Amino acid sequence: MIVELGHFALILAFVVALAQAVIPMVGASRGWAPWMAVAQPMATTQFLLTAFSFVALTWAFVVSDFSVALVVSNSHTAKPLIYKITGVWGNHEGSLLLWVLILTLFGASAAWFGQGLPAGLRARVLAVQSGIAAAFMAFMLFTSNPFDRLPVPPMDGQDLNPLLQDPGLILHPPFLYLGYVGLSMAFSFALAALIEGRVDAAWGRWVRPWTLAAWVFLTIGIGLGSWWAYYELGWGGFWFWDPVENASLMPWLFAAALLHSAIVVEKREALKSWTILLAILAFGFSLIGTFIVRSGLLTSVHAFAMDPERGIFILMILAAFMGGALTLFAVRAHVMEARGVFGTVSRESALVLNNVLLAVSSFVVFVGTMWPLLAEMLFDRVLSVGPPFFNMAFTPFFVALALILPVGAMLPWKRGDLRATLRQLAPAAALAVSAAALVWAMQTGRSALGPLGVLLGVWVILGVAVDLWVRTGRGELRGRLARMGRLPRADWGKAVAHGGLGVTVFAIAGMLAWETEDIRIARIGEPFQHGAYTLVLTDVQRLEGPNFRTTMGFVTATRDGRDVAELRPERRFYPAAGMPTTEAAIDYGFWRDLYVVLGDAQEDGGWTLRTYVKPFANWMWAGCLLMALGGLLSLSDRRHRVAAGAARRPPRGPDPVAAE
Amino acid sequence: MRRLAVVLALVLGLGTAGLPGPVLAVLPDEVLDDPALEARARALSRDLRCLVCRNESIDESNADLARDMRLLVRERLVAGDSDEQVLAFLVARYGEFVLLRPTVQGANLILWVAAPVMFLLALIAAGVYLRRRDRAAEPAAATLTEDERRRLREIMGD
Repeated sequence: MIVELGHFALILAFVVALAQAVIPMVGASRGWAPWMAVAQPMATTQFLLTAFSFVALTWAFVVSDFSVALVVSNSHTAKPLIYKITGVWGNHEGSLLLWVLILTLFGASAAWFGQGLPAGLRARVLAVQSGIAAAFMAFMLFTSNPFDRLPVPPMDGQDLNPLLQDPGLILHPPFLYLGYVGLSMAFSFALAALIEGRVDAAWGRWVRPWTLAAWVFLTIGIGLGSWWAYYELGWGGFWFWDPVENASLMPWLFAAALLHSAIVVEKREALKSWTILLAILAFGFSLIGTFIVRSGLLTSVHAFAMDPERGIFILMILAAFMGGALTLFAVRAHVMEARGVFGTVSRESALVLNNVLLAVSSFVVFVGTMWPLLAEMLFDRVLSVGPPFFNMAFTPFFVALALILPVGAMLPWKRGDLRATLRQLAPAAALAVSAAALVWAMQTGRSALGPLGVLLGVWVILGVAVDLWVRTGRGELRGRLARMGRLPRADWGKAVAHGGLGVTVFAIAGMLAWETEDIRIARIGEPFQHGAYTLVLTDVQRLEGPNFRTTMGFVTATRDGRDVAELRPERRFYPAAGMPTTEAAIDYGFWRDLYVVLGDAQEDGGWTLRTYVKPFANWMWAGCLLMALGGLLSLSDRRHRVAAGAARRPPRGPDPVAAE
Repeated sequence: MRRLAVVLALVLGLGTAGLPGPVLAVLPDEVLDDPALEARARALSRDLRCLVCRNESIDESNADLARDMRLLVRERLVAGDSDEQVLAFLVARYGEFVLLRPTVQGANLILWVAAPVMFLLALIAAGVYLRRRDRAAEPAAATLTEDERRRLREIMGD
């Protein structure tokens, strides 16, 4: 009964969404206030109905209602409760429902927090947002209904894929979706602005928090996914340039570009049409990602047999929204005329360059991802585009980005003096170069990747420090420190996010360049040396888990006679799904991770054992967290809240130095 | 790799067919005695695709075919082949699909030059835009219409 109610609520939500897509739009064009005002209660209703539907599905999972087809194929009575709940979005239909739930949540938030928006703009934003929701609800109701019942329910379910029964994956999909779907807000704002034919500083101020939020969520989602891959996959890889990963990277890059160009719109009333285009593209690439993943198009050769109907439906959604938006853009873009005037050397120009680099690097990912498909269709060549291509083609643009970042971040608005800025940054550059040279000298004969990572990392991080320092003006040290503490949160956000990027760049290069690997057949009780560590496999036991059997190795690591870690690598077998998994054992450290994987038993009594020492592994995700934290700091800045109409306090005196 | 792809795909909503087992790639008995040769074998393995896997190199894969291919690479290296010869041998045997680093021949040129060309075009477009913004400075600051001048003079009390 509850399941049917959930299904019914979803149908109702679909009807509401359709109405909300039309009525406020008509109202806005005719200037009928009541027609416009109806958008807000509708957005709330739509969200509540979808939320009820989601709760109903979750309920079916929690009580293991095996008359629901989706529960049968993704759950099992023996599964821990938390994974019963996460099983809701561990599949196509359920994850789609989560997607739509988040979509309506964003729509409703725009209604709740959008009191300060002009009525027409708000009505149009909510209408566009609701149009997107309606399209995805239709997709779900017509091709992927999560509430389908089985005529003859089985005794037990087929279990969720054991790989998904992992804490790292509890939050990964929701964050990723919050990011993907968050970009729909930027899209709705862009479309509303095109329809209105007006983009001004206020619009930029409006779009930025939504984009920032979406970007923060995407950053966390991608970081979590990468961290999960690192500890779960059994050899410590963290990024594989798979189409599915690329699908999340492209919107992230576009969102980052949009974030920066919206600043130019807000501060300088320039780059307007480009920003609108970016907003359209960012969400467009979210949709393309959805299409890539759910159609199975790019993995057709050896992967899953997918329902082509679904792929076509998403392609239609994509074509309708992108086609419509880009046509509208082509017709209306010229209306947005730029006001701001600035020199070729200025913060504005640096941000333009930032946008060029981010957009082109996203384009690289796109071309590389689609090329196998294009080559097969157009040139009849069956080929692969793998990590070697992406590493070669993508890296230069990111290196360039890191190189210009500190300079661009410090250049003044309107008209800058490149030499003056470079002079301020000279100590940072000198330190970065000497650090890289030192590393280069110490690691003779290794790849240049390590020194390059050190160079970029140190340069970006010191650049951030210099920027903060210069911003405090002149005078006594104490006064300057005090002023630094009083800098607006947006400035701190910028500094922290940029610093995080520096940390991540450094960590990726460092880990790839300096990790060491040891593969051997280890005999129980026989110690072996790996770098500075002495490891010994003391025992191997077979044990039982809640819904799996495991073979657990006991490894002791010592360094200079001192105990470092007890490691317990496992090989698990999940009988319900009939699937084995590898659980690596990791000793997380500040400077390095010690990573141990247990392999097969050998006939002569030994065990295959792999150990890796991975320097700076944690820094990579720490950097991601810093980036996200920077975004949140910036989001919490007074200026955004004022913009959002949430707080209208009197200004509290001039900021130390007007910044950003 | 395959497993990450599979899981992401699962998370994002694909089916659950054809799940792979745990990844345990290069095994101790495959490793060559000559470290230089082994290093070359590992580097080559990273550029070769495991044909039955999903976007996974033979260095990462634990599939039987990947193991056979790894052994094949090492066999050729021991026999004295250069890296290029090994790759050519594998392409002749399994087709272009085996290369994770696409060749630069024929239509693939488009793939390789697409990004640099795009970058150049973007730079040119950005340059044109920036110049226009820079030039726009003069008129915006200085021009007043004749009416405005007159009105200004009135206000200033001339």
